[in-house]
Amino acid sequence: MRVPLSWLREYVDLPAGETGRDVAAKLVDAGLEVETVEQLGGGLTGPLVVGQVLTIEELEGFRKPIRFCTVDVGRANGTGEPQEIVCGARNFSVGDKVVVVLPGAVLPGDFAIASRKTYGKTSHGMICSGEELGMGDDGTHGIIVLPPEHEVGTDAIELLQLVDEVLDIDITPDRGYCMSLRGVAREAATAYGLPLRDPALLDVPAPNSYGYLVKVEDPAGCDRFTARTVTGLDPEARSPIWLTRRLQKAGMRPISLAVDVTNYVMLELGQPLHAYDRSRLDGAIGVRRAEQGEEFTTLDGVKRILDAEDLVITDSSGPIGLAGVMGGANTEIADSVTDPETGQVTGTTDVVIEAAHFDSVSISRTARRLKLSSEASKRFERGVDPLAAAAAAQRTVDLLVLLAGGTAEAGVTELIAPGAPRTIAMSANHPDRVAGMEYGRETVVRRLQEIGCDVYGQDELVVTVPSWRPDLAEPNDLAEEVIRLEGYANLPSTLPQVPSGRGLTARQQLHRRVGRALAGAGYVEALSYPFLGEGVFDQLQLSAHDATRQVVRLVNPISDEEPALRTTLLPGLLGALRRNDSRGSHDLALFETGSVFRAGSQPGVAVRLPADRRPTDEEIATLDAALPAQPRYAAVVLAGAREQAGWWGKGRPADWADAVQAARSLAVEAGAELVVRQGQYGPWHPGRCAELLVTLDGVETVIGHAGELHPRVVKAMGLPARTSAMELDLDRLAAAGGEPVRAPRISTFPVATQDVALIVDTTVAATAVEAALRAGAGELLESLRLFDVFTGEQVGEGKKSLAYALRFRAADRTLTAEESTAARDAAVALAGERTGAVLRGA
Amino acid sequence: MSAPNKSYDPVEVEALKPEEIERMRDEALAAFASAGDLDELREAKTAHMGDRSPLALANREIGALPPQAKAEAGKRVGQARGAVNKAFGARTVELEAERDERVLVEEAVDVTLPHDRVPAGARHPLTTLMDRIADIFVGMGYEVAEGPEVEAEWFNFDALNFTPDHPARQMQDTFFVRGPEGTEGDESGVVLRTHTSPVQARSLLERKPPVYIVCPGRVYRTDELDATHTPVFHQVELLAVDEGLTMADLRGTIDHMVKELFGEETTTRLRPHFFPFTEPSAEMDMQCYVCRGASVGNPDRPCRTCSSEGWIELGGCGMVNPKVLIACGVDPEKYSGFAFGFGIERMLMFRHNVEDMRDMVEGDIRFTRPFGMEI
Repeated sequence: MRVPLSWLREYVDLPAGETGRDVAAKLVDAGLEVETVEQLGGGLTGPLVVGQVLTIEELEGFRKPIRFCTVDVGRANGTGEPQEIVCGARNFSVGDKVVVVLPGAVLPGDFAIASRKTYGKTSHGMICSGEELGMGDDGTHGIIVLPPEHEVGTDAIELLQLVDEVLDIDITPDRGYCMSLRGVAREAATAYGLPLRDPALLDVPAPNSYGYLVKVEDPAGCDRFTARTVTGLDPEARSPIWLTRRLQKAGMRPISLAVDVTNYVMLELGQPLHAYDRSRLDGAIGVRRAEQGEEFTTLDGVKRILDAEDLVITDSSGPIGLAGVMGGANTEIADSVTDPETGQVTGTTDVVIEAAHFDSVSISRTARRLKLSSEASKRFERGVDPLAAAAAAQRTVDLLVLLAGGTAEAGVTELIAPGAPRTIAMSANHPDRVAGMEYGRETVVRRLQEIGCDVYGQDELVVTVPSWRPDLAEPNDLAEEVIRLEGYANLPSTLPQVPSGRGLTARQQLHRRVGRALAGAGYVEALSYPFLGEGVFDQLQLSAHDATRQVVRLVNPISDEEPALRTTLLPGLLGALRRNDSRGSHDLALFETGSVFRAGSQPGVAVRLPADRRPTDEEIATLDAALPAQPRYAAVVLAGAREQAGWWGKGRPADWADAVQAARSLAVEAGAELVVRQGQYGPWHPGRCAELLVTLDGVETVIGHAGELHPRVVKAMGLPARTSAMELDLDRLAAAGGEPVRAPRISTFPVATQDVALIVDTTVAATAVEAALRAGAGELLESLRLFDVFTGEQVGEGKKSLAYALRFRAADRTLTAEESTAARDAAVALAGERTGAVLRGA
Repeated sequence: MSAPNKSYDPVEVEALKPEEIERMRDEALAAFASAGDLDELREAKTAHMGDRSPLALANREIGALPPQAKAEAGKRVGQARGAVNKAFGARTVELEAERDERVLVEEAVDVTLPHDRVPAGARHPLTTLMDRIADIFVGMGYEVAEGPEVEAEWFNFDALNFTPDHPARQMQDTFFVRGPEGTEGDESGVVLRTHTSPVQARSLLERKPPVYIVCPGRVYRTDELDATHTPVFHQVELLAVDEGLTMADLRGTIDHMVKELFGEETTTRLRPHFFPFTEPSAEMDMQCYVCRGASVGNPDRPCRTCSSEGWIELGGCGMVNPKVLIACGVDPEKYSGFAFGFGIERMLMFRHNVEDMRDMVEGDIRFTRPFGMEI
């Protein structure tokens, strides 16, 4: 809503020195979102005067038509001589009154005017267009031709009201009444503690039976319909400057007098109006729901297919208006047309004015469904004051009579569905209890009266809310009115006594630890968009039945390429890897933790439960059942060097082992025992893929994979060679952990160390050898570490040598060499039995 | 070795003459003093303290002396050897100290050499900022609550007093989840949550008042990514429901958070606004922590952080609408509550001078790495 300050002052006597910014600050405090304060005519200085074109000489030989004019500007140029001006516009004739800017003036945009040579003549000033004067687009792009009654030499800055301030206010859905000067003026009046001159307080004749015939079939959709008729309008009558200027400043384009007047009254009172050309109306006006599929052409020329919910205005020919949204092309006010031969002007002379009140839900549905948001629908959606309809109709009639020489017909049609004013019961101290400060009954009552309420009662108030405030329905609504008018700034600042909480849950702590552990290990966190295209599953070589393919799809994705939600973090994370790589960062270790979304076998439908009571636990369960599983995953991706080369020596490329190690470190953070097994899974290199398992409820469960990506995946996704990755289900990892650590007993007796090198087939997993060694070594084994892996001629084809350092220690004595050797031999023996390991050199 | 000679007087034996002993001692002391390093000292030691050294040889002569002369000669030699030993010890300490000093000098390195063998990692600043904000409230007794990102419309809208035709429901550009085959458009009743507020409803349904929760999380709206918009972003939501909570409590809680994040002297401002799930509602601003309002109306000192407005818009807040309490089974006659929510991306932008929203989205390590582990 754009509010010219000069117009606002018509209803409130704001202090003379008050600027637009001052007023904006007050309105912001009262809860109106003033987005900008526009300075119209900023920097504009005259002379800028009314002139009359005396002569026009067409200059030839230029690429575009140019006119050399003499213009009478009266005494404004000091001499009274005709002013010589070169002009490129063509929409004026000799004798027309125009706006002339003289040398010495400055137009908006710091445009200084001086005499200058152009097109072989000297131009002493300019004949101005609306755009040059900062008046906004009038649709013609031509120069301004003024009505003939304005005298030459008159100051045009004043005449055209070029200097003003306009407040642009974003109206929230609860403040429909502020989509009018009347509503904003009410807020300004209250904010300044000044009286309001309510423009809706008009003398309105009582309804009678000889107005234009109207039949409302759907009083629920239309609870009020006022119709008035004005006849004998002069088709030549044009909107006066004051009216067009106000419309322009408010952001509307002047069209024709009748339309301008209805727009003007809508801006003033907030009541959308419609003027029908009576000669084009066929019989009584009706209001009904549309027939399903009924066609109707709105006045923007678009043919609309209507829904049975849409409210339409009809005459006997069918729909003539989409109620509260847009009128029809068939009854549009006709543009006045001048007959070129006779000079006779024809156009609409008789109009029927509609001022009606429509159901906000119905209007908003229609506007939304047809994607047709109009000035009228925006107001009806937010709620229009039903009691303003009669006044708005009267105001329209008055202006048409005044400006177009029409005659108001005596008939006044007014259909009103019965209804009572709404009341709210509220304790007088309710606003105090909401605010946390004491206003007292007197203040509460006064503030409620200021917004237009009638208030009765002492401790328990009965508040009748004004007709223009459909948003006021609950005691808290009234409390807000009191608190905002008393000033949010004056609220005290206190802290509630919060009961002691339990801190972060184990799961939340784990999420943070995981992030810190990975960042501590050199990984950088990425937060990728969770959208993906299903083609990526083929790139990842997932089988047709892989559960990862069970995606949740969006109806309206940002990109049709990525219409699904992620079931794996890898595509997003690999995208970030690729992006970094392409930007010149090649040594990369990235991680992400976050939800993935796994659709059930059949997507669910979450029914819309009522909100006027607590749903039952069963109802909530049905909602949750309609949602996909949303477990939290963790993933890392690596490429390039894991360790940099430097003065200390060589670097080390990132590889499969880093990815597996990332999983192990997460298991440590989760306190879970992670089993790493040789595995095979689509995205990973078949020989370099670890399956990650934990034991859940006694069952070993795969929770993820780690290793080097499959070369085909690397190629398909455009990744750096040997990119490695790990992904696991963090929730299931957490479920496997969390047992408190049991402290080991620390022996202070000396350690006995024994190294063994075992030769096994290359297919034997190191973990299997280690497990056998541990089991065989028995209780005396304190620790065991694999310190070398060797393959080569010495160990033979298809074999590898694993070298382990074993540390033995007893809790109660110093071990003898025989004891530790016996334990070692037992370990080797069991490894041999279970894995075929042979002691190297034996 | 000479045989004992009982007739000998010590003074008669050349090597045992007092002046001879003194000379041997002085020569030894001089040799030690002139030894330039531990090797030379070791040579001097062999020469003057070894088995073949003059004093050692003199010492042997003592045995050949008659008993009456042994004591005196022994004392003389013993004293000399004692002095030599002591001098050697002292010189050893000196030279060892010198050597240690030299070795330490030789072992000096350039400690400014880089050692970025494994470059540092980092958490995303949005994560750490959310953690930090959550911690402020956890410290006050709040608990961190979470909810699903794919959410039932009922939780995202209906329970929060967004009626199906409420204009506010159109204010939010919602991603709708596709329903089973045969359903159209938004008929699944499932959306990507447009705000963290559905966690309010879930928390009230799951917990009994008093409820004090903070909810950081990811939310979705159908904006195209550009410098100031992203379809996927983060919010932190706060909800308190208890007996007797007031707007003053709301204000105090916002003040507390802002002071924790931006300094003790940072003030806040509430402006009346509209949200379906709060009544009264407000938008909350904080004083610009960079210019502290000094840039307002002062073109010589423009402030980029607040665009010379003096205030930075944080987000929305208000008293929980009693209709929300009713939908969640909480008696609005007994309990009241307040809630607020704000965007983390925006806060990161103005708190850390991020100029382009895309930087937070793309995962470029050059953006994230400087933020480290905490914010």
